[in-house]
Amino acid sequence: MRDVAIIGVGQTKVGEHWDISLRHLALEALQAGMADAGVTRADVLYVGNMLSGELVGQEHLGALVADFAGLRGTEALKIEAACASGAAALRMGFVAVAGGLANIVVVVGVEKMTDTLGPDTTTALAMAADGDYEAAQGVSFVAINALLMRRYMHEYGYSHQDFYPFAVNAHRNGMNNPYAMFQFPVTAERFARAKMICDPINLLDSSPICDGAAAVVLAPADAARAFSAAPVRIAGSAVGTDALALHDRRDPLVLDGAALSTRRAYEQAGVGPEDIDLFELHDAFSIMAALSLEAAGFADRGQGLRLALDGDIAIDGRLPVTTMGGLKSRGHPVGATGVYQVVEVVQQLRGLAGANQVPDARLGMAQNIGGSGATVITHILERME
Amino acid sequence: MTNSNQLPVLKPDREVGIIGYGAYVPRYRLPAAEVARIWTGGQGGTPVREKSVPGLDEDVVTMSVEAARNALARADGVDPALIRAVWVGSESHPYAVKPTSTIVAEAIGATPHTQGGDWEFACKAGSEAFQAAIGFVGSGMARYALAIGMDTAQAQPGDALEYTASAGGGAYLVGPAEEALAVVEGSLSYVTDTPDFWRRAYQHYPSHGGRFTGQPAYFKHVVAAARGLMDGLGTEPSDYAHAIFHQPNLKFPQTVARQLGFTPAQIDAGLLVDEIGNTYAGSSLIGLTAVLDVAAPGERVLLVSYGSGAGSDAISLRVTDGIVERQRRAPMTRDYIARRVVIDYATYARFTRALRA
Repeated sequence: MRDVAIIGVGQTKVGEHWDISLRHLALEALQAGMADAGVTRADVLYVGNMLSGELVGQEHLGALVADFAGLRGTEALKIEAACASGAAALRMGFVAVAGGLANIVVVVGVEKMTDTLGPDTTTALAMAADGDYEAAQGVSFVAINALLMRRYMHEYGYSHQDFYPFAVNAHRNGMNNPYAMFQFPVTAERFARAKMICDPINLLDSSPICDGAAAVVLAPADAARAFSAAPVRIAGSAVGTDALALHDRRDPLVLDGAALSTRRAYEQAGVGPEDIDLFELHDAFSIMAALSLEAAGFADRGQGLRLALDGDIAIDGRLPVTTMGGLKSRGHPVGATGVYQVVEVVQQLRGLAGANQVPDARLGMAQNIGGSGATVITHILERME
Repeated sequence: MTNSNQLPVLKPDREVGIIGYGAYVPRYRLPAAEVARIWTGGQGGTPVREKSVPGLDEDVVTMSVEAARNALARADGVDPALIRAVWVGSESHPYAVKPTSTIVAEAIGATPHTQGGDWEFACKAGSEAFQAAIGFVGSGMARYALAIGMDTAQAQPGDALEYTASAGGGAYLVGPAEEALAVVEGSLSYVTDTPDFWRRAYQHYPSHGGRFTGQPAYFKHVVAAARGLMDGLGTEPSDYAHAIFHQPNLKFPQTVARQLGFTPAQIDAGLLVDEIGNTYAGSSLIGLTAVLDVAAPGERVLLVSYGSGAGSDAISLRVTDGIVERQRRAPMTRDYIARRVVIDYATYARFTRALRA
């Protein structure tokens, strides 16, 4: 197996892009990534996307994006794993390069969610849950997270207000990210007053419905220097799975899929949680941030929230998270999110994160969660000295 | 292809103007706080203070007749038989097939040698009819034409629109400039296919695209039509004593006025939405009746409608000496607004037939 490096990254601003089509979003990110890597062709293109069929009326994104980007003829496929589709596409790219089947792989995550009415988008997102046993009962995706959050509060004795640090931290970091959807701060007071979405989840617990695209370009690590002055090695790439439905899980408050995924990634990289300099976690809802901190080994059961309350998640804290705004502030264009997370870790490891730079960041981790934890994909990235 | 930036404003062959105008607003009012009480437990802000609600025996036909009679009362003895078009723009025509306009034309004595037609372009159906009337009279085909924008607006119970969707509108008798109380200086429309709000056949209530109804829809079209017209006429915001912008809520017209360079004082007389809600196809036209009620000779008035789907008509008017004696010949718009009976949500549900067996 060959070592794999990221030699280029690109992204579009996340937002309500009513005037930009899905293919144009993908193209913008892809071109930015390929220009950053200095490549004009690729052996393989993987497009991460969850909802183009439901929300845009377009499937077959591999060939579509390849053709639109001037890569007609290139091997190109769409990869889907609910909200983890972006990281899944990267995982496929990693496998192709590591296995020696391809040298240059372009990975694009893209999602367009704002051209449909809210109820249609909500229905489409529910497809990440178990269709027969969850969605068919009328449980929306936010409702599933609300169940988890309520249970977490009940089991560990937290109040809803205790969750405010995730939103405050994400928005503080997003303010300095020109690609973020929300570039404004929020306060604990504003969190307390935020509109209720699905009790106990309020507006500031929730990531926005939005459009965006991000791209990374992969190459064998030993060739990376030929393309990039600051390549980043993929030290770990791992997928863990769990039951789709909450009621089929061993324990709903433990993300077994995330624990498996992280443990495999740690083993590959030969590191542990104590070695990670920053963590781009999947804060689709604040409860997911707390649960993933615990599953990834940064906190004991019920203590993920404590980490946030103690200030450890800030840029200058023990474990900076959502350093460029996370899903909450940068935005959560679902199938693109996993690629955005990796692009942001690369920015940190290259020392190009501006005001949000984590000092001397060497090892960063990104974790993309599909559904309420059924597919969890973790990437550990390392600065190449 | 013609550069659309260079297309001139619309002007008829001969000068035309408004001969008579009339408003109508039903007497019932539903406070926005009542809607909030039912759907949000009273929490959160409301887009307007209250809205008008049609009574059980009122619809777009009866309300159009009221407004048309008020317009005729101000029209200096015009023989209704000389009205060669009666056009009603609305989203709430009582019949899907069968004209509102024939009933109105019959009621005011404009039949039989008249055009009759119902217009549909969401909230700008009335201003569309008004522009057609300008052309009909301006070409010399007719001496008089009547254009009405009137609605008993629909909103899904519990939807954000329920705070504002209301009933009312205005009627305008268009005729030769020498008889006018306000002369049309020119108009310009700006239309694109932008689906921000719609109601399909057999549906009771409209759907809308949330925030999409703002920047790419309302603001883009209103600003483009207003700027295009003023550029074409060589006028500036400061040339206008009054401006009326389609008023779906309080925030949109206030914001677009500021963007275009109008002061709050310039939009004050025609800004009725806080008191009567959004009368959809009647919204900008009833703003204009309120302005004409208080306008003085020589003043310029800018009207900019907005209809979802989407488009805006911008019309520039110059008030004449003829307005003074005609303002009081029919009920003023403010008289209708002051005539109010507050109802609760249950009565509202009955009046609007929200309860269906």
